[in-house]
Amino acid sequence: MSSFEIFWNRVSNPDTAMSILNGLKNTMIIAVFGLLLGFIIGCILASVLIMPSNNIVAKVLKRIADLYIAVFRGTPMMVQLLLMHFAVFATVRIEPVVEVSLIFGFNSGAYMAEIIRSGINAVDRGQMEAGRSLGMGYAATMIRVVLPQAIKNVVPTIGNEFISLLKETSIVSAIGLADLTMVFKSIATATYEYFIPYIALALIYFVLVLIVTLIIKLLERRFAKSEKR
Amino acid sequence: MKRDNIPEVENTAECGRGNRLIDAVSPQEKPVVRKKVKGQKFIKTQVTPVEPCDEKAMLEVQHLTKSFGELKVLDDISTKIYPGEKVSIIGPSGSGKSTFLRCLNVLEDPTDGYVFFDGKNLSNLKVDINVERRRMGMVFQQFNLFNNMNVLRNITLVPVYVGLKELAKTKRHNFFIKIANIFKKKQDKKPLIPIEKTKKSIKEEAEANAMRLLQRIGLSDKAKAYPSTLSGGQRQRIAIVRALAMNPEVMLFDEPTSALDPEMVGEVLSLIKELADEGMTMVIVTHEMGFAREVSTRVLFMADGKITEEGTPKELFGNPKTERLKDFFSKVL
Ligand SMILES: Nc1ncnc2c1ncn2[C@@H]1O[C@H](COP(=O)(O)OP(=O)(O)O)[C@@H](O)[C@H]1O
Ligand SMILES: [Mg+2]
Repeated sequence: MSSFEIFWNRVSNPDTAMSILNGLKNTMIIAVFGLLLGFIIGCILASVLIMPSNNIVAKVLKRIADLYIAVFRGTPMMVQLLLMHFAVFATVRIEPVVEVSLIFGFNSGAYMAEIIRSGINAVDRGQMEAGRSLGMGYAATMIRVVLPQAIKNVVPTIGNEFISLLKETSIVSAIGLADLTMVFKSIATATYEYFIPYIALALIYFVLVLIVTLIIKLLERRFAKSEKR
Repeated sequence: MKRDNIPEVENTAECGRGNRLIDAVSPQEKPVVRKKVKGQKFIKTQVTPVEPCDEKAMLEVQHLTKSFGELKVLDDISTKIYPGEKVSIIGPSGSGKSTFLRCLNVLEDPTDGYVFFDGKNLSNLKVDINVERRRMGMVFQQFNLFNNMNVLRNITLVPVYVGLKELAKTKRHNFFIKIANIFKKKQDKKPLIPIEKTKKSIKEEAEANAMRLLQRIGLSDKAKAYPSTLSGGQRQRIAIVRALAMNPEVMLFDEPTSALDPEMVGEVLSLIKELADEGMTMVIVTHEMGFAREVSTRVLFMADGKITEEGTPKELFGNPKTERLKDFFSKVL
């Protein structure tokens, strides 16, 4: 039997096929929920970072946000994963997928904060001034006027963040979560065939990234259209 | 399009009321001012005492001083603007006209001095600046329409926001009255505040009002268009009616036609003139001397951070007294 046949026999087994699908599901869940949570955390952190620091609360919040970003960007994702899994979440019993999604979300939030902040800074100051001069508060103007424009500015960058998040989820096998990589790893070890399974795995990631890239392109075009009617 | 002489600041956040907060000021009271010095904590400083304000004035400026770092842009300016007045501010570029206007609705915090609006000190922390700003319309040189919304939403956004906020507040009030009523005897029960509006009616009302305003400027067919598809003149007229939708008592114009192509200046000026004829109180920073002469009841000439000369258009244009103003006219007229 050629190595491809060995691989194919294995994969066409319904159990293995199911576990591959399950792995794909886990990978996507982690990436998507990680992105969503990261986006929310990023919006909050970015709003804090650009807040005028004219009172003590704002200053404390700013310090916290700075620290958060420094910590999550200054340490490897893998280390964060291990640390959170074995220390922070060790005593809490939640679904492993949910747990890992949270961890990825926390990490992604730090990067998102910078992305969104730069998006906000790219929005014309006049937009905030117009909202304020009409008598809307800072937060209301931010949420209704500035943030939507900032987010539109950074859709491509957020897309890139999603792609790197998607690829980075492959490290979760380190804590035994059955994502795509973990499943293919077990196929490889079971059959003593490494080349074909890992090539297949790479291909799957590649196709996923291609699909995501396409979706981002479509989104961008839609956003561009919405202002030109 | 960048605003010409305002340097880029990496912060969209500061729109006044950050640097100089006043704890206690009613006229005659000694002001305690907390002032932020760059990179430092708030320090308490002694500043110009508040003088009793003129009840009749709509806007009163007392000893207004504004510095950006070392640069003193406004230097001890005092003036009063009464209801119905149309005040034009002219002067060379960089003389602080925009800064003065922005201090009037506290988009810039004064370094010293006070601005009173309808008898309220706008530096006073107890004055809700958002409420006061709703009564002051501001029109910018660069229009500043909300790019992410169509024209109709641009106009209705804040009226709807304010309406909903007030509705929520009334409901909250009623809720507490109900709770308090539980513990009261029948005859002491407090009546609820009647609620006539619903979320829907607030929205519909605002939209009807916006359409009426758009009709007035002949742009009702653009209600669903986005700002980026409109000409400068159209954008500026929409910016003006957006401010009008709040039913302001005074309108502040900061060079409303300076960013426009020449053929669009007329349509914007004629709208402003209409407002003036209807009796709107307004302050207009402008380089359109003919317009200032025709519309205003008073002209202020600003140079070097001071009001160097002021008077009726006739006085100023007919018989300028200072060398500075003569020099200015020789350049622009
Ligand atoms: N936010 C700011 N920070 C620093 N300097 C400023 C700022 N805004 C205005 N200035 C300076 O203040 C001066 C007056 O500006 P401005 O009020 O815009 O003048 P005008 O509107 O009369 O042309 C200019 O020299 C300008 O560079
Ligand atoms: Mg100016």
